Amino acid sequence: MSSDTLVNTLATPVESADALRPLRILLKETQYELAGRMRTRAYSLSVIGLPVMFYLLFGLANRGKPAALYLVAGYTCWGVVSACLFGIGLTLALERAQGWLDLKRASPMPRFAYLGAKVASCAAFGLIIAIVLILLGGSLGGVTITAGRAAELAAIAVAGSIPFAAMGFFVAYLVPPNSGPGIINLIYLPLSFASGFWMPVSVLPHWLQVVAPALPTYHLAQIALAAVGMAPASGMALHWAVLGGFTVLMLAAAWITFVRSEANS
Amino acid sequence: MSMTLSAPLAAPAHRAAAPAGVLSPSAAAPSAVAASCVATLESAVKRYGKTEALRGLDLTLRRGEVVALLGPNGAGKTTTVRLLLGLISPDAGRVRVLGRDPRTTAARTRIGAMLQVARVPEALLVREHIALFRSYYPHPLAAAEVVTRAGLEGLEGRRFGELSGGQRQRVLFGLALCGDPDLVFLDEPTVGLDLQSRRRLWEEVRALAARGKSVLLTTHYLEEADALANRVVVIDKGRLLREGTPAEIRHGVSGRRIRCVTRLDADYLSALPSVTSLQRDREAVIIYAERPEEVVRRVLLEDDSLHGLEVAAAPLEDAFLALTGGDAHQTQPE
Repeated sequence: MSSDTLVNTLATPVESADALRPLRILLKETQYELAGRMRTRAYSLSVIGLPVMFYLLFGLANRGKPAALYLVAGYTCWGVVSACLFGIGLTLALERAQGWLDLKRASPMPRFAYLGAKVASCAAFGLIIAIVLILLGGSLGGVTITAGRAAELAAIAVAGSIPFAAMGFFVAYLVPPNSGPGIINLIYLPLSFASGFWMPVSVLPHWLQVVAPALPTYHLAQIALAAVGMAPASGMALHWAVLGGFTVLMLAAAWITFVRSEANS
Repeated sequence: MSMTLSAPLAAPAHRAAAPAGVLSPSAAAPSAVAASCVATLESAVKRYGKTEALRGLDLTLRRGEVVALLGPNGAGKTTTVRLLLGLISPDAGRVRVLGRDPRTTAARTRIGAMLQVARVPEALLVREHIALFRSYYPHPLAAAEVVTRAGLEGLEGRRFGELSGGQRQRVLFGLALCGDPDLVFLDEPTVGLDLQSRRRLWEEVRALAARGKSVLLTTHYLEEADALANRVVVIDKGRLLREGTPAEIRHGVSGRRIRCVTRLDADYLSALPSVTSLQRDREAVIIYAERPEEVVRRVLLEDDSLHGLEVAAAPLEDAFLALTGGDAHQTQPE
């Protein structure tokens, strides 16, 4: 039995040298995170279902008009933001409060696998929402979206998941888990409204038009709208820079709250 | 940590060596003990704000040993487990697990934990939860083996959310075994289990120890500590109160326990030779006595209506309550 101990002790460093193992864990973690979200109807139906339902109402009411095209891009942004805030902000808050995160942390699971799987799942949901809306717009919505523009919008949905996934991490450490859904709605519904996800910012009250450019969601909307030709294509560098800065800010805020909560746990 | 290949592994030998190693943690432990140590807390202090959860706790876990950590709520049991798992860091003192900092992946690869988890992602199947946890370890236990040991046969294809409370506990136990760990932490493992599942889990804990694995168990069921543990560690208010085999702890409460329904009054009973204390229990009285035979002989002579007589060793529960200052029979002041 003693020699078993010796073998195990020596084997451990050799095993950790297997460079592909962390990657395999990330893939498996992502696979199950995604499967879990798909099966959780409260999540998948609201995150994908709401933009689809609204498109069937408002997109189809404007069939063939520019508004039908506008809403493909706007609702994609809406889906991306809600997939991230509910998918990370809410689930991480719950998993933390219910002790599941502790069990994962006590295991040798690499932390990046847990966090990476959450981000990747959000990106996957963003992609699904973009594809569904593009198909709806192109068929029932009666608008023309070229393959190139569709691909661009889908790519934006994926890339746009990253800043809001970062926001999700911060929100997870901010909201009390029991009131999570309410608080997240309070955060993202006004953001969606003021950033032009549902209607052009130009039709909003004047003061909101002034506030909008300060919101990260506004910049995501501008990028997505430009991809389908519903916003000026200039100033893209600025929009991306704002989203990049927002990502860094959110990750830093999440890290600080995380470290603080660790100290108190 | 020195790697003495000829380290003695028989549990009794360690038990004999225990007091020296445990009571004088600052002194260098003898190398034979060090080699068999799988986890240690040395003068661990943990504060939450102004409250001190642990006030210099020393704890040693040895190979092949099942240690039960007992204490009332707020004694510091969960804090102790969280320190040993590296989920929190001590404010003072030292924590070592398998000769390493418990926060290292190398240490975590060889430990398994069953924590009090209110909810687990419910949409995943039992099989998927096991597959995911197994993927974290370089040498996991075979999935079928995890299923058998945790008693999950027939539940593999069920979603976690569909399981009963006891079944969920068994899944969590299974997850603790996925990495074929050398050291297993079980925090209140049998809460919500039916009698049959509890016995089965006990068997598995014994089997772990028989394979040379170490188990640290926290529990509210003293019967469980009595049935499983080689060593019981009683803590309260973040300090070590007593440690020893369940029998040694029980002996902390002197004498045995006589329960009977009698007309005799309390004054008469407490004046009988060797009686240490009395307690009312519904219609009956419980008498603690050093020499129960003598007491029984006297009360039977004095009261021919006496009935419902039972004589038993004082249970671990009484010792526990006496140690932690609970409302029960107290040992006589020394």
